[in-house]
Amino acid sequence: MDNFTVGVVVFPGSNCDRDVSWALEGCLDIRTKYLWHESSDLSDVDAIVLPGGFSYGDYLRCGAIARFSPLINALDEFVKSGKRVLGICNGFQILTESGFLPGALVANKNLNFICDDVELDIVSSKGGWFNNGDEKQTIKLPIAHGEGRYHCDSDTLKKLVDNELIALRYKNNPNGSSFDIAGIINEKGNVLGLMPHPERACDETIGGTDGLFTLKSLILK
Amino acid sequence: MDQFAVKVIVRLRPSVLDPAGEATKSASVKLGAEGIKSLRIGKMIEVKIEGNGENEVREKIDLLCDRLFANTVIEDYEYSLEKL
Repeated sequence: MDNFTVGVVVFPGSNCDRDVSWALEGCLDIRTKYLWHESSDLSDVDAIVLPGGFSYGDYLRCGAIARFSPLINALDEFVKSGKRVLGICNGFQILTESGFLPGALVANKNLNFICDDVELDIVSSKGGWFNNGDEKQTIKLPIAHGEGRYHCDSDTLKKLVDNELIALRYKNNPNGSSFDIAGIINEKGNVLGLMPHPERACDETIGGTDGLFTLKSLILK
Repeated sequence: MDQFAVKVIVRLRPSVLDPAGEATKSASVKLGAEGIKSLRIGKMIEVKIEGNGENEVREKIDLLCDRLFANTVIEDYEYSLEKL
């Protein structure tokens, strides 16, 4: 694992790229490499994080323009090969816009930009992204978004439920998301998108360590 | 080559809650406007585009609407086209 490298994608407007890198390097001793969004060479990274922020100023829709970057085009092969991709906040929005995950993220029900800690139920063990052993577990992670209301049609929701693709549900739904959804996984289990920020919960001094497990699980095969 | 002016309207699907529309509706009532039953906010995109005839231009606009201008998970679109 010494050479395992996580690529942290940088779009114009990303602002959590350094936080993700800090959490992986400083808290978990996992090597990272920044990947500029115009690069399509993913050969020297073993997993990828699409960090939070406001790629392309959220123009048109959150994640809509980022979806057309060369890096996102190259991501298809990367995902098919089974390597792990984690999309946090704006990264989750990009994953839905580009079709790696179903549904869409729209404006919060109350129109507020919500910056808070939220309690989350871990729902699925698929992909090993969360530490949920035998019992149903709850974690606390920070959220910071204006457009985090997960929306999908009823057929998609049924598929998510039936196939255990819902990763996290809000205990007290802050934004009006369908079925309290805070994060989902693809069928293969190697792509996770979530609105909460695990990288902001990796050290007790900043309020908790419930995000460590998810970031650490990037090194799973 | 013919040139066309295209107006694309993108709307949230009826099943998707529009909180900005709801807030604007509430402000409209405060302004004193009566009788507003529904208020929803969409986007209008104006494009000037050239191509060999209307059919070719419609193909290009269909692609743009379907892949970029609208996210069809949450939005519907329609457009009108005028030859310049």
